[in-house]
Amino acid sequence: MSQTQKAPQEAAIAGDFVPKIVAFCCHYCAYTAADLAGASRIAYPPNVRIVRLPCSGKADVALILKAFVDGADGVYVAGCLDGDCHFISGNIHAKRRVAEAKRRLAEVGVEPERLEMFQLSAAMGARFAEIVGEMSARLRQLGPCMAGNPDSHKEGPR
Amino acid sequence: MIVAERKPFGEIYAMFRRQESILVVGCGGCVTVSMTGGERAVATLAEQIQLKDRMLGRKRKIIQRTIQRQCDAEYVREIAQEASGVGAVLSMACGVGVNYMTEILGGPLVLPAMNTLFMGANIRQGEWAECCAGCGNCTLDKTGGICPVARCSKSFMNGPCGGTRDGKCEVNPQTDCAWVLIVKRMEQLGRLEELLEVVPPRNWSTARDGGPRRMTLPDALLETKPERGR
Repeated sequence: MSQTQKAPQEAAIAGDFVPKIVAFCCHYCAYTAADLAGASRIAYPPNVRIVRLPCSGKADVALILKAFVDGADGVYVAGCLDGDCHFISGNIHAKRRVAEAKRRLAEVGVEPERLEMFQLSAAMGARFAEIVGEMSARLRQLGPCMAGNPDSHKEGPR
Repeated sequence: MIVAERKPFGEIYAMFRRQESILVVGCGGCVTVSMTGGERAVATLAEQIQLKDRMLGRKRKIIQRTIQRQCDAEYVREIAQEASGVGAVLSMACGVGVNYMTEILGGPLVLPAMNTLFMGANIRQGEWAECCAGCGNCTLDKTGGICPVARCSKSFMNGPCGGTRDGKCEVNPQTDCAWVLIVKRMEQLGRLEELLEVVPPRNWSTARDGGPRRMTLPDALLETKPERGR
């Protein structure tokens, strides 16, 4: 780590900690909503990395945990509203898997609040921006995910 | 199938604390079907271990493999080379897998990531119930296809006992009383009077009481000696 760069925990104390967020977004709703937010010139925090999935039901527990292993401070899965899934029940499966992943995170000692499931429609661009803001604020409160490991925020392969 | 559940993460993690490399091995048999020890379960556990390691600033090599079955030597041998290069092999199969991989792999330390529970049926997606106790002396013909050994909490052969309440068991009110099920089934079959026959005490020597069991099919044997001198 360079001299000028602050360690994550120091940065958090200084109040300029910017959490890394990974958003697993369903192609049919949240991803399109993010697109709409952009097209509508609605600003949202730039610290979110969007991963497009064919359906929120594609996000399994291992995939969610992998995002944390690769350095995410928070993760959310965004799927369609109940009854709107393009594949009938993918969003229902996603909700169950997020609940399971929260239990698995807690086992390891990671706060389950770092992971969340959101449901929205493709027309909800403003809501998408709001969600990113909500997660950012929550993660700023929690601080870096791997505060105990000063190397955890270094870029590069694990 | 054999139903096994994963041990709590803390218990698993403590087993290989000092190992610098581990091989997490899933099983493509029963535990894949019961969704606890297959490829996906291996990926989840491996990610959890990596996450914990990263949190603690530890570096460890974690390899993931899922073989067809851990209870057959030819599949276990597929991972022999990789297993010889790691500090520990973490098995996500039933206890058979841990025992047999220890035997076939010889050198590496094989650790259990699972608690083996029972032989059971998939009664709905995500739920399994014990149906057979592997007692080695099946009498299901006499009890209408419902096993008193596995499904009665007390394994009574001449039930029900006084603890049956509204068709449920006194040991666990969630459990159906096997003897109520047997009586109803025999009634449906028109064979209720057969239950009047008192069944003598069982010969448990065919079950675990007779020590470790073995089955040999002479016409199926290809080699004169079993694997690794058994």
